[in-house]
Amino acid sequence: MSTIEFFLAGTLSAATIFLLAALGELVAEKSGVLNLGVEGMMAVSAAVGFVVTYETGNHLLGFAIAGVSGVIVSLVFAVITISFLANQVASGLAVGILGLGLSALIGNNHESLTIASTNGIAIPFFSDLPLIGPVLFQQNIVVYLTFALALCIGFTFKHTRLGLAIRSTGENPHAAQALGFPVFLIRYCCVAFGGLLAGFAGAYASTIYTPLWADGMIAGRGWIAVALVVFGTWKTGRIAFGALLFGMVSLGELIAQSMGARIPSQLLSSLPYIVTIIVLAIISTNAARMRLHAPFSLGEVFDGSESR
Amino acid sequence: MQFKLDRRVHYSKAMLIATPIMAVGLSMLVCTLLLLVLNKPVLLTFHSFFIAPFENFYSITEIFLKFGPLLLIAQALAVGFRAKVWNIGAEGQMIIGAIAASSVPVYFVDSTSAWLLPAMIVLGALGGMAWAAIAAFLKTQFNANEILVTLMLSSIALQILYYLLLGPWKDPMGFNFPQTVMFQDEALFPYLFDGARINTSIAIPIIFTIGIWLFMEKHFGGFRLIVGGLAPSAATYAGFSSKKAVWSSLLLAGFAAGIAGMSEIAGPIGQLQRSVTSGYGYSAIIVAYLGALNPIGIIFAAFFLAVLQIGGDVALVSADLPISAVHVFQGLLLIFYLATYTFVNYRLRVVRPITQATPKLTS
Repeated sequence: MSTIEFFLAGTLSAATIFLLAALGELVAEKSGVLNLGVEGMMAVSAAVGFVVTYETGNHLLGFAIAGVSGVIVSLVFAVITISFLANQVASGLAVGILGLGLSALIGNNHESLTIASTNGIAIPFFSDLPLIGPVLFQQNIVVYLTFALALCIGFTFKHTRLGLAIRSTGENPHAAQALGFPVFLIRYCCVAFGGLLAGFAGAYASTIYTPLWADGMIAGRGWIAVALVVFGTWKTGRIAFGALLFGMVSLGELIAQSMGARIPSQLLSSLPYIVTIIVLAIISTNAARMRLHAPFSLGEVFDGSESR
Repeated sequence: MQFKLDRRVHYSKAMLIATPIMAVGLSMLVCTLLLLVLNKPVLLTFHSFFIAPFENFYSITEIFLKFGPLLLIAQALAVGFRAKVWNIGAEGQMIIGAIAASSVPVYFVDSTSAWLLPAMIVLGALGGMAWAAIAAFLKTQFNANEILVTLMLSSIALQILYYLLLGPWKDPMGFNFPQTVMFQDEALFPYLFDGARINTSIAIPIIFTIGIWLFMEKHFGGFRLIVGGLAPSAATYAGFSSKKAVWSSLLLAGFAAGIAGMSEIAGPIGQLQRSVTSGYGYSAIIVAYLGALNPIGIIFAAFFLAVLQIGGDVALVSADLPISAVHVFQGLLLIFYLATYTFVNYRLRVVRPITQATPKLTS
């Protein structure tokens, strides 16, 4: 594999982590719930996924249990914000703190251990094509499924009754309830779905992308996923594009090293964070446009009353 | 049987006080279960956490050593949280404050001037404020979400710290450890007692707390921040400017966190090194909430979390409990606090199905 192929293939793989988590957060936010606990959910499931895969040698099982643990953590958030009507921002932070603690606790006995990496799926014929073969057609199955999922979610929101139900819950829960949509149930399911995808994202990070366990390995990627939803103005296509951009940025350190550039590694490590801030500032400048695209009731407490 | 939450006409003062206590109780309950799952001695662990920290004088001074920065940062954060300014980057503001303050002893290694410490305090405060100002500027000028910006800034601050410690500021005689030279005595706060690390810097959080309390209770500015947070529309009526709230909240937090960072390098640590913040920036968020965002409540909450941190160190040795267990407990505290806080504003009502046991009319 040439350097450029390695770089592009790596971009796609790194982007998968961002995209999975961001898609989950998108679905939760579309239903009106701002879950800032993505980093915590990813951290827990990264630890769980790693430990299970390490102990059983079964990647699929590791992924499945990581997904379940993501759902469980997200349900903690759902109970306090949806049933107990707690402030969503503070609750997200709380779940984030709890998740990071749990993650360290779960991975405590597996620090610095590694597991065998998985092979990608080579798609016949296409994988032999020059350049695009190794980049596009020799990836892990999770990569393919994630981008397919992005399409599915985009379609669901645009063209299905389920998408309509979620969107109206996020825009105006009072009206959605009056129309007969089960607002509380929809929000629970959307948050849980977000937890599932954050769980898969964590498992992908710790068992496939970098198959080793180190405490704190999620390193802010959950937060970047939250930012990606804003960057993409709550649209799947743009979120996928943003995920690819950040996949590329997060490989910055490797590229610079391979080109022999003499840039402090700390500057390159900060690059994703710096880019996040700059892009966030550029995208958010137009406050009116942001309000137009954001789900109208995002972050607001809904207590089931008939009207405001 | 079903449960329903009815909004109270007035919030419940009794519940406001009961909430943190319930949160502590519930967190301890869950932790007991967790300890049983981990097969750790429950009683010994709780003894390590809540009794052992008070068993000797040194340990008590260590509690106050942790209490200081938690109190200082949480008081400032609470002002912002009241105004719905979500600064969660106190950790980064603390790091930059510590770096700015460290520049004095790093570049004036041989100085014995009495102005070293005052200069470090000023630079620490300015450093923290400058870092927070970036978020305030981006929020007010570009509408950029301050949660994400302050958080990203913390990650960047950490990388700056690593860069300095591995590069230009590394102690040439330090066996390649990522740390600066040990600072001279003139750059350190004087100790309060022999044989304990607690120092005069504890005065700063206490004075700051009194200041915040006076500000929030007596001053009109405090009123405006409260109104701006709790009832945005009322705030707009009063001609309240949200930009002002963003700037003042963030600068105040930067000031407090910067000085907290400075107090660490000019106190218990005595040099700039990687673990300069000890996670105070994040723990302070929990302190602020657990103290009901109230200056007096925060004193108790800061003390409680300081005990918890010392207790965690004890449990690490006595019960072989990983230090991450303390973070789990902190997370649980905040989660249960937020969940039970609902009952300050809502009343729980049991709704019985109508079909069941309807009393018959007597004929």
